[in-house]
Formats: sequence, C-alpha cells, structure tokens
Amino acid sequence: MQAVFDRIKESVLKTQVWKSIFRHDYEDSQRNRLLQVLDNIWLHLHPTKLPRHGAYLRFTWCMGGITFLLFLVTAVTGVLLMFYYRPTAEYAFADMKYLQFDVPFGMFLRNMHRWAAHGMVIAVWLHMFRVFLTGSYKPPREFNWVVGVILLTTTLLLSFTGYLLPWDQLSIWAVTVGTNMARATPLLGHEGPFGPELGMKPDNDVRFMLLGGTQVGPPTLLRFYVLHCIFLPLFLAVFIAVHFWRVRKDGGISGPL
Amino acid sequence: MENLKNILSNADNVPIVGLLFIMVFFVWLWWREASRTDKRIANGEWEQIRAEGQDKIHVWPYLTRNEFLCSLAIMILLTVWSVGLDAPLEEPANPSRTPNPSKAPWYFLGLQEMLVYFDPWIAGVVLPTIIIVGLMAIPYIDKNPKGNGYYTYQERKFAIITFLFGFLVLWLSLIILGTFLRGPGWNFFAPWELWDTHKVVAMVNVDLHEALGIRSKLGANIFGAIIVGAYFSLAFVYYFWKKDGELIKQLGVARYGVLAFLFLTMMALPIKMILRIFFNIKYIWVTPWFNV
Repeated sequence: MQAVFDRIKESVLKTQVWKSIFRHDYEDSQRNRLLQVLDNIWLHLHPTKLPRHGAYLRFTWCMGGITFLLFLVTAVTGVLLMFYYRPTAEYAFADMKYLQFDVPFGMFLRNMHRWAAHGMVIAVWLHMFRVFLTGSYKPPREFNWVVGVILLTTTLLLSFTGYLLPWDQLSIWAVTVGTNMARATPLLGHEGPFGPELGMKPDNDVRFMLLGGTQVGPPTLLRFYVLHCIFLPLFLAVFIAVHFWRVRKDGGISGPL
Repeated sequence: MENLKNILSNADNVPIVGLLFIMVFFVWLWWREASRTDKRIANGEWEQIRAEGQDKIHVWPYLTRNEFLCSLAIMILLTVWSVGLDAPLEEPANPSRTPNPSKAPWYFLGLQEMLVYFDPWIAGVVLPTIIIVGLMAIPYIDKNPKGNGYYTYQERKFAIITFLFGFLVLWLSLIILGTFLRGPGWNFFAPWELWDTHKVVAMVNVDLHEALGIRSKLGANIFGAIIVGAYFSLAFVYYFWKKDGELIKQLGVARYGVLAFLFLTMMALPIKMILRIFFNIKYIWVTPWFNV
C-alpha cells in the first residue's frame, strides 16, 4: 500500500503542472527554508532570517500582525455585506433587518465585521504601545512610526464612518455627537473661534461639507458609505504597503543596537 | 447596580471591558521584561544582550509558525465572539428623538468626556489634532539613544512615564469614565446609582476671574491671557533654570520648545479636570471670541 502511495506521489511531483506551481520540494533543508519564504508571494514580505527575539510573542505581542489580520477580516466580510446593503435612508435599516433575519449567516457576517473592527482598534493601540515600550520608533525607524500614526487615525475614522451605516438610533446619534464638534472648528466652523467672523454659517462650514447637510441625514449616509467602503480602505491599504515596506527597509524587527 | 449591568451587557462595550484586562496583562508583561533587562544591564551584561539580539533564526518555520498559530487563535476567538454575541441594532434612525445620553462609540468617549472640561473647539478639534501631531513628533523629540529595540524602564524613565500617563491615565481612564460613569445629561452617576433622567445638578460653576472677584469683561480677558500665558511660560522658566542640564543640551532649543508645548498641553487636561471637579471652575480665560 505504502509503495502505491509513494509511486503516485512521485509521479505527481514529477509532472510539469506541479513543477510549474511549486518551484522546490518540501524536504527540510537550509535551502528549502529560505525558498519557502522567497518563492511565496504571501510570505516574501518577510526576510528569510530574523533575530531570535523577533519570533517571540513576549517581544512582539503579535499585535501588528493581528491588526492586519483583522483588517483582512473586515475587508472580506465588508465586501460580502455590500451585496446586501443599500446606503440610502429608505433601505439601509431594512437591509440590516434583512441581514439579521433572511440572509443565510447574515447576522454572523455582520457580527464578524463589527467585532473584527472593534478588535482592530484595540490591536492597533496595543501595537503602538508595544512599539513605544521597545523604543522601536527611534532612528532609523522614525518615519515608520509617523506612518503608523496615520494608520491608527485612519483605523479610527473607518470605525467611525462604519458606525453610521446601520442607520439606527445608536448610529445616527453617535455620529451626531461626533460630528457636532466639527462646527466648533477654529476658523472653519460656524461656532468655532473666529468662524462667524470669516462668514461661516451652518450651511457652508466644514461640518456642512462633512455631512452634506446641516444635520446627519441621507446625504451623510451616502458620504460615509463612500468614505467607509472606498476612500478610507484604499487610503489605508496604500499606507499599509508603505508601513510594511519600511519595516524591511529600516532593518526589520528592532533589536538592541 | 441596574445601570452597571446594562452598560456591561451592552454588546458594544464588551471590547472596552476586555481592554481593561488586556491592558493589565500587557503592562505586567512589559514590566517583567523591562525589569529583567534592566537587572542584566545593571549587572554589566550589555554586550551579552546585544549579542543575543544578533542571533538569527529562520523565518520558516519559526516565525511563520507563530504567525499561523496567532491567526488561528484570533479567528477562533472572533468566530466564537460572533456566534455568541450579536452586534447591536436599535430602533430605526429618528432625527426627532434624541436619546439621553447620546454616546459616541467607546473609542471616542475619551474625546466626548473632554467636552466636560473644555469647549468643543479645544476638546473636539484642537486637542485631537495635537494628540495626532504630538504622537508623530515623538521620534523627533526623543533624542535618548538608549532603549532602542528592547524593553527597559531605567534607561528612559521620562519618556515611558509620560507615555503611560497619557495613554493609561488620561486616554483610557477618560474612556472608562465616559463609558461607565456618565448617564443622562452627561451627569456623573456612580455604578450603583439609578440613571435618573430628571437628576437636578446645581449649576455652581464659575469662571476663574469671577471666583477671584474680577468683574469687568476687559479685566477678565486680560487676566485670563496672563494666566494662560504664565502657564505656558513655565517652559521658559524651566529652560533658563536648567539651561545647562543634560536634557536641554541634548535636545536643543527647538526640540525642547516642541516638547515643552506638548507636555504642558497634555498636563492642562488633568489640571482643568481638577479645577472643574473639585473647585467648580469653568473657564480660565474668557474672551468675546473663545473661552479656555
């Protein structure tokens, strides 16, 4: 029996198809350990070797990786939710009910999206905390810390714009509270210092631009939807690319200099 | 206790309750690692620590294995969480029915809580901007070459204490205060108190100049400007006092200026909180255009 399996395995491994996909065998050798990383598009962002402490959870807390994983979860579940959700005041809430009661696994999908988003906020804070405590923002990694702060802010903005989309009492009032502060923006808000002096009114200031109206209404829903599903994720993806690339370019995981 | 139970069982508040325990764990973990390293440095094992940092291992399998297990654990946790707990969905949006209290999502409740102590233009716009810009500025202000790439406390006490104060004491405790202890009218409610929508809170707040007997508007304006100006000129006082000290020499004037501004701005929050909570002081500086 064993011989049969071995022969099948051997003949499969020798085929042109197999060889065109997998460039090396799986035997545990020095060379294969390096190729496993180098020849794989998903893994090649890693170096082939890293300092020992870089693989220790007690050093990295794995929080950067977890943040990225949770971002992928929100992206996948988010796209699936988009199939069932219409960002208009007439339908948005009804579509939430539709997800809850009619769509197979609809509620599970929504839960996963929401809890992954909350988890992402926590993970990104903890990642920043870890990077601070290990002093990893110090030269030569100063700029990557700045990119990290941009990513942190974008994560919060993504959570905030997503909060409005269910279009229930919770979301509309949370966003009302949040965006009310914009009317107090110095110079650019109609209740901010020197705003009225510059001609700011409720219907032409920075909050009006954000909401598409003088209060949170249907135009706000559409605006936040577009920001949440298109602009902010793309923005985040671009800076994630920069962030990861810089980790490598700045010398990989930090260690005692 | 009814309220506390309601808040705790609110699905959206699970992350903040979880965060409390997570933070305790990670602060403990940091402290364990840091004190271990500090002890070794004190024993003169620095060269050994450096050498250990150079020791390399293969990414495959040692790192990828941990990444895989981490992802697996997180996905399991997330699945269990999503099966067991439903995302909240309240009544349809109704612009004519304002809930009391209206709360932002938990990660913004620190900002909302700051509204008690500062006007919206400071709490909602200026301070968040300063927090973001201040965080970005950290690597360019902190010129301490030590503590790069390992956990330590002894080698960078000021940086770590300041960050812990800002992150744990200010940011997280404001979130906790806003989440658990604020009820209708954004009034303070102890966990065992009933959320009474009709709770009457006497408005006894006065502005600082009123408390000190200054009555004229112009006088108040000038007085406030002097107080705020004096507060921020503490930076100059410290500069000329410690001009030849190691810190200022290392930083230079520009970096010191930015650091002092950010530090004093951060400390203004707890100062204003104490003034507001214990002395019922509302504004420090009242002008026709803005109040501080």
